[in-house]
Amino acid sequence: MQLFVSDGAPGNLPVLAAAGRAGARGKLLISTVGPEERVVPFLTRPKLPVLKLDSDRYLFSTSAICRYFFLLSGWEQDDLTNQWLEWETTELQPALSVALYNLVVQGKKGEDVLSPVRRALIHIDHSLSRRSCPFLVGDSESLADIVLWGALYPLLQDPTYLPDELAALQTWFRTLSVQEPCQQAVESVLKKQGILAFRSYLQKQPQPSVPLERPVSNEPEEDELPAHTLSEEEIVIAVTIWEQGLEALPTLRPRQNPVLPVAGERNVLITSALPYVNNVPHLGNIIGCVLSADVFARYSRLRQWNTLYLCGTDEYGTATETKAMEEGLTPQQICDKYHTIHASIYRWFNISFDFFGRTTTPLQTKITQDIFQRLLSRGFLLKDTVEQLRCERCARFLADRFVEGICPFCGYEEARGDQCDKCGKLINAIELKKPQCKICRESPVVKSSQHLFLDLPKLEKRLEEWLGRTLASSDWTPNARFITRSWLRDGLKPRCITRDLKWGTPVPLEGFQDKVFYVWFDATIGYLSITANYTDQWERWWKNPDQVELYQFMAKDNVPFHSVVFPCSALGAEDNYTLVSHLIATEYLNYEDGKFSKSRGVGVFGDMAQNTGIPSDIWRFYLLYVRPEGQDSSFSWTDLMLKNNSELLNNLGNFINRAGMFVCKFFGGCVPKMTLTPDDQRLLAHITLELHQYHQLLEKVRIRDALRCILTISRHGNQYIQVNEPWKRIKGNEADRLRAGTVTGVAVNMAALLSIMLQPYMPTVSTTIQTQLQLPPAACAVLPTNFPCFLPAGHQIGIVSPLFQKLENDQIESLKKRFGGGQLEDSLELKAKVSKAEAPTEIANPEQIKLLTDAVTKQGNIVRELKAQKADKAQVTAEVAKLLELKQQLALAEGKPLEASKGKKKK
Amino acid sequence: MAAAEELTLLEKLLGLRRGNKYSAQGDRQIPVLQTNNGPSLTGLATIAAHLVKQANKEHLLGSTAEEKAVVQQWLEYRVTRIDGHSSKEDIRTMLKDLNSYLEDKVYLTGNNFTLADILLYYGLHRFIVSIS
Repeated sequence: MQLFVSDGAPGNLPVLAAAGRAGARGKLLISTVGPEERVVPFLTRPKLPVLKLDSDRYLFSTSAICRYFFLLSGWEQDDLTNQWLEWETTELQPALSVALYNLVVQGKKGEDVLSPVRRALIHIDHSLSRRSCPFLVGDSESLADIVLWGALYPLLQDPTYLPDELAALQTWFRTLSVQEPCQQAVESVLKKQGILAFRSYLQKQPQPSVPLERPVSNEPEEDELPAHTLSEEEIVIAVTIWEQGLEALPTLRPRQNPVLPVAGERNVLITSALPYVNNVPHLGNIIGCVLSADVFARYSRLRQWNTLYLCGTDEYGTATETKAMEEGLTPQQICDKYHTIHASIYRWFNISFDFFGRTTTPLQTKITQDIFQRLLSRGFLLKDTVEQLRCERCARFLADRFVEGICPFCGYEEARGDQCDKCGKLINAIELKKPQCKICRESPVVKSSQHLFLDLPKLEKRLEEWLGRTLASSDWTPNARFITRSWLRDGLKPRCITRDLKWGTPVPLEGFQDKVFYVWFDATIGYLSITANYTDQWERWWKNPDQVELYQFMAKDNVPFHSVVFPCSALGAEDNYTLVSHLIATEYLNYEDGKFSKSRGVGVFGDMAQNTGIPSDIWRFYLLYVRPEGQDSSFSWTDLMLKNNSELLNNLGNFINRAGMFVCKFFGGCVPKMTLTPDDQRLLAHITLELHQYHQLLEKVRIRDALRCILTISRHGNQYIQVNEPWKRIKGNEADRLRAGTVTGVAVNMAALLSIMLQPYMPTVSTTIQTQLQLPPAACAVLPTNFPCFLPAGHQIGIVSPLFQKLENDQIESLKKRFGGGQLEDSLELKAKVSKAEAPTEIANPEQIKLLTDAVTKQGNIVRELKAQKADKAQVTAEVAKLLELKQQLALAEGKPLEASKGKKKK
Repeated sequence: MAAAEELTLLEKLLGLRRGNKYSAQGDRQIPVLQTNNGPSLTGLATIAAHLVKQANKEHLLGSTAEEKAVVQQWLEYRVTRIDGHSSKEDIRTMLKDLNSYLEDKVYLTGNNFTLADILLYYGLHRFIVSIS
């Protein structure tokens, strides 16, 4: 048989390794052909490697070739191998080809390479760690191992892409890599060139498209674990605790004010990334930090841990100055205005901050300057000169966004100081020809300016020591570990910590009086100063690493400042600072498969959520349900409706409501006597297991996964009611009525348990349930690790009413339009109505275009507003007509011919 | 056709007494077979091969090493190429390739009817219907 290969085709690796392992190498005649050679006569597109059999049949699938070699050696096919190979071609390969293309052809690194395959790597790792032996199928390496190893080798040979968290995968990969057939395959395919061996082949392949559903999948990450079989002992324990009732509850610790660390207790300090003041946060910002941290803070309090949760607005910097200028206010006024907006949004979302502060306070200055002085006196700061543009009339150095000029590359007249909008090239502001100050239009001059740099290389060793100690035993998310590691791998460079600005913390040093600290240097110090504004004993939290556990929540783009930069400042200051113990970073939340965009008016922003008529708890639930944990996810209106109607209304709400209704209707509101059967006892044990799982997940801050435990328990509950039919038994004989009582009693106690488990996620709904059930206050504030009988026989419950409302299709469709469909709709209307226009005579100047663009945007907003308010139809039509007119002018000005509508007009 | 429906049809065709339960996983709705003994199986081709063995009709998976590999190759083709999110052009290429492959053959492995023929038939059905 003849094997056709092309140099550098990734498929060569598994094929050659499998041939070696199955002893088929000697029977092979190997021919090397070009990457675009069509070896298989019936396939239009080239596919390599290919095995031509003696019967003239072709095997063109890599895993079929490998399988064939194994079959020849007498191996028998089995389900598990089939499953792995099917998974390899349908799931792993699409992800892997994107990762390899990014790495090899585009020369990308880090997250761009790892993130497409992370989920697949985790899947293999979990499967391996569940088995008692280190191979995928059976007790020794076999077909599945070889095929997967061969596919993964090009990527995983670089240890950067084999994170330490995936220990089982790491062991498996290393075990296989040293096997002789694998080593031989590597030698003959890579030819000692490493990853570059694949380059010229992959360059000739079409760019793999990212599988659409992957990055935005909202499905659970891991397949469900096989059902756990209950032991007798587990059942006995569950029943014992149930019978202890409320006595089983731990004692409540009183809440102090202010909250301060207590020796001998678990002291949990929680921060969420400080939102930048000049923007209204969108849903992605909210789930990324404040809401995630809130769930953990509420959980932590329910566990009776001594908890302090802080946040505040980050207020200094150029962006604030710009915004102030735009709105004709002072920076301070801008901060005051937006701080209030932020605070009210978080209040609406029920975020349980112990304190929500801000960074523009005297204590911020005091603490920042103190850290600065310590760094200075210990020799961790460097001085250097930087060339910058200065406007003499405004008497200030100009930040990049305050300069405009002629692009040195393409000659575009309105290039910005950092980038040219026309040719897209990055520009160093001093290279601009004929630069102008954007404020006064004066020509700025090049002046050199002295700046201070934090000497990160000098602190690198301390940082690594600290990270080594911290990462080993903590719950940092994998992306946080990865980002931190890649920063260290690339080597740390000195970072400038000063800026020629006014709006910031002043630099207390001779010769630097006109400068302030760069925001990234002092923003993270904001956590300390905000605590100091909360209590004068702030140092008991922040200079107390032995007693305090610090959890910091953020989106992944914020990781380096919390894992590298601030720790370096703190370590260099040598003042026994509390450093982050657990860094929890989320991926990104997209909006309906796109990005949130304030400028384009796409997406839901914090202040608008309040006007949708959807209660904040529903928002919280859905955002937490799709929390981008481990991979990007997306907000979708339709999905929100589905999850509300299926999970909340039909599952959770239905169960809790029925349990309460039965108590009211059949037992006069009084919890009936319960006599547990063996089935009931098993149910209690099952729920206990699920509750343990919930605790384990939340202790690891896996917020989204823990939410599923709540829904599983209520599903158990619905099933329990359905099977036992208390509404029928209540009409039966005495034994039946007794049974109806037991089932109702157990169910209403499950509802009580759920109300507490729900508290971190949906605080208002939780309180509503607890009021309906008249759950004793002592039980509301603490979540036990096991399931006691909260509501004993004879307990009187309150008035029961439905918890959730159905979301209707019409309602969701109109919200969808209001928050993102607008532009598309309008442009389609335009295309449909305007027939082909004559060719434009002349292209207008850029200023005119800009004016028109602004006018179109403004008019577009008016139309959207009107539609959202369901305004009078005639009025809407009139405004739409104006919009169309403006758009037509704009199109003419831009010299674009108006296209006739291609697609169907969207209804 | 949903994968679970397709597998139920296959059960019928194989003469299996109905009784298997399926669920679907993920956005692509990959079928999962719940088995009574042992862990569940995932994937259309994997479950289909399992059902064939359950029905004691192993010849449908091929008789020789060569035939077995060819059957699996076409099952893979089904779940990757035919079920992939293809463009119109991809679909045209795929049908053309299959047509040219089958020109001198009765079935996908040559002269023997196998599971590959069944699953390709099911998979191609929607395209053929939309053409004719």
